[in-house]
Amino acid sequence: MSAEPIATFESSLDEVGVELVRTSADQFESALTPLLDAPAVGASLPFENVSLPDAVETDPGVEKLEAAKTGVTAAGYGIADYGSVIIQGGPDGEEPASLYADEHVAVVAGSDVLPDMDATFDRLAEDIRSGTGQAIIATGPSATADMGALVKGAHGPVEVTVVLLEDR
Amino acid sequence: MSVDTRQRKAERIRHLLETEGDSVHKNTQVFNNGRYESTADLEDYEALKDEARAIKEDAIERLPELVDRVTETIEANGGTVYVADDAADANRYVTEVADGRDVVKSKSMTSEEIEVNESLEASGSDVWETDLAEFVLQVADEAPSHIVAPAIHKSREEIAELFNAYFDPEKPLETAQELTQFAREHLGEKIADADVGMTGANFVTADTGTLALVTSEGNARKCVQATDTHIAVAGVEKLVPRVEDLQPFVELIGRSGTGQDITSYVSLFTPPGDSPTFDGDGELGSGDDREFHLVLIDNGRMEMREDDQLRETLYCIRCSACANSCANFQHVGGHAFGGETYSGGIATGWEAGVHGADSAAEFNDLCTGCSRCVNQCPVKIDIPWINTVVRDRINRGTDGDLDFLVDGLTPDEEPGGVDLQKRLFGNFDTLAKLGSTFAPLSNWVAQTGPARSLLERTLGVDSRRELPAFERESLVEWFENRGPRVDPEEARRQVALYPDAYTNYVRTERGKAAVRVLEALDVRVDVPAAGESGRAPLSQGMVATAQSNAEDVYDSLAPAVAAGHDVVVVEPSDLAMFHREYERLLPEDEYAALKDRSYEVMEYVYGLLENGADLDALPEGDDTRIAYHSHCQQRTLDLEPYTVAVLEDCGFDVTTSDVECCGMAGSFGYKSEYYELSVDVGEALVDQFTTENTADRTVVASGTSCLEQLDALLARRPAHPVRLLDTR
Repeated sequence: MSAEPIATFESSLDEVGVELVRTSADQFESALTPLLDAPAVGASLPFENVSLPDAVETDPGVEKLEAAKTGVTAAGYGIADYGSVIIQGGPDGEEPASLYADEHVAVVAGSDVLPDMDATFDRLAEDIRSGTGQAIIATGPSATADMGALVKGAHGPVEVTVVLLEDR
Repeated sequence: MSVDTRQRKAERIRHLLETEGDSVHKNTQVFNNGRYESTADLEDYEALKDEARAIKEDAIERLPELVDRVTETIEANGGTVYVADDAADANRYVTEVADGRDVVKSKSMTSEEIEVNESLEASGSDVWETDLAEFVLQVADEAPSHIVAPAIHKSREEIAELFNAYFDPEKPLETAQELTQFAREHLGEKIADADVGMTGANFVTADTGTLALVTSEGNARKCVQATDTHIAVAGVEKLVPRVEDLQPFVELIGRSGTGQDITSYVSLFTPPGDSPTFDGDGELGSGDDREFHLVLIDNGRMEMREDDQLRETLYCIRCSACANSCANFQHVGGHAFGGETYSGGIATGWEAGVHGADSAAEFNDLCTGCSRCVNQCPVKIDIPWINTVVRDRINRGTDGDLDFLVDGLTPDEEPGGVDLQKRLFGNFDTLAKLGSTFAPLSNWVAQTGPARSLLERTLGVDSRRELPAFERESLVEWFENRGPRVDPEEARRQVALYPDAYTNYVRTERGKAAVRVLEALDVRVDVPAAGESGRAPLSQGMVATAQSNAEDVYDSLAPAVAAGHDVVVVEPSDLAMFHREYERLLPEDEYAALKDRSYEVMEYVYGLLENGADLDALPEGDDTRIAYHSHCQQRTLDLEPYTVAVLEDCGFDVTTSDVECCGMAGSFGYKSEYYELSVDVGEALVDQFTTENTADRTVVASGTSCLEQLDALLARRPAHPVRLLDTR
């Protein structure tokens, strides 16, 4: 993966108010820890030699989910042009963990940062045809202007952070 | 239309201007400006629109096949597809599935169209709207006023007042943050308790059975995740063939709607999904037993598909760009546009198709045909044309009994029953000819109290408007007496100056200026006696008369066109007829010949100067300060820059307005039922021309209507820009 999409990704994320934290597989836990506000929930990560610390509850009940301050999940890929991440929700609970907590931390592999929407839809089409039941193109925090002014954090997270695994 | 009906309409509009106008104006401006900015960032905006259009054309063409395909796919995935003939059929199915269980909904205008909430509640379900705007409307018991932001007409203060009265919270709610947090918590409980999640769908892919939902709040995700039965309600036109087809729409819909490059969430659900769901015990249980029902709504759509004029409506992706760019909508909002469900812009097509012409009829006139929406539509629907066609059908469906009163004045092609007011304005050419023949007597008579009172009572011509004063000598007569001044042998070009009805009979000075300016640049000018372009009848929905006028105009201009001369047009709305509407009114070759040869006058001057004409033949601007208002249809044709460039090249100091329309829009501002809205829209332009930087500037405007409006609302007398170039 060339550096260019990553640089574009970072500036696009910045435009939608999302911080990018660059790290590597072996530094992941120390990069993640400062981002965790307790209680934290999450869904197990699919990256080799990368796992969630014990402080992150991966099998929460409804009450813990709704009380969570941080939700950590993998994101299948990122879109450099838009600063979006694709949350693929499956039985491990990526969807609720990324949706209910105040802050969503999305973990993306550097090699999964795609340049644009064209490339994204090629990949999405392939994934959906092979059984991905749910893919959310998520860009920045949830938001609404329905109450007379722009408010971040409507039904979903108030804040989003992307952790990039540069060596994955 | 009776005097009472006009008064009732005027009162309704006045009420909405007072109560909802400010909120709607503020919010639509954000969307409208956002769209211009966001689409400007797209390198391939036009190509994406073409791609989106092509996908929709193909999908609607193959719709029955796509319905079969999606049914097969979703059933193979373990879901159910039900194609509902109409609202009652859909509601029967949905209530059977819900079976009295509690329902949480995300925003769906199609569910508003079928009024499913009422059916569900009648069958014992509790139904909660979880989109915050829909929630506000549910609490307020009001109808949406905008297809994307349904509570756009409500201010924060009004929402706070509503919530405080309805929910009586311990501490009164005040800020948008507090209101949002309160709604989130309130609805969070409803979502956790509900069994059925109901969503709409912005798109449905036939190949994989994927629903694409474009949202920002996250409530649609929760409604699907937290429940174990998902019902999606979608118009059958939402089908696209393949997942890849979603790409241009995903890039266009947020930009076109709220002016965001992309909304927070574009959810691609291929149900039934396997995300864990809430079980009854407060645990996250397996989502493997989810039920999924896709209800595809016909409700008139398959008939629209067979209708050559309304079919385009089905390409609509309901982004709201047409409403946001509509000057009238910006000022008065969707509640003024009538319609049972949809309001503003393309809504006329939807209402005519799904609820019938009656529902589209009442405020169909609020589309003035300014065409500002045309370039904004991501699927390139000619929305003004759809409004015109629906207006024509409404006209033809009306019985009339007063035709004898205006028959002499209205030699049109329309059947009896067309509203008298419409026939009067639609036959402006005849009126102007008579007015000119009897001027100045006709002008004196028309301005008298009794005449104005009669005009207002019988024809709804508002007596607060000054009527156009007809010139005794028309432009054509003036030119016949004067003759051409440039020898064809020595001429740089030869042109036919088209004498539109206003330039010919009312504002002859701008026609004379145009002749002299062109001659100063060594152009041989003729002014053939061509009639009204058809713009006037078309704006009243009198399509047959417009067509007949178009044919006559073509016959008058054909010799010049055949001789290789150019056609120069002063009035932008008539040039727009030649370039846009004539495609539908004339044979293809005639349309193409006239379009290729016709130019707006300042555009033509620009072309002459670019091709070697002598700038010194035109007057020096000497930094004279000018405020220029281009014309709505001229801007749609992207012809504003030529006027600015010519004036600047001549040394004028030019600033421009950026309102979508002056609000006058031909006959619109004369009609007593719309006078106040017209003035309200015009005031926005006046505001731009009375700032510190503009208040001392000479005002010029290209359109007749714009000149009439500015003349009425500004202390300075405006003129057509070509007059700045005239040495006389």
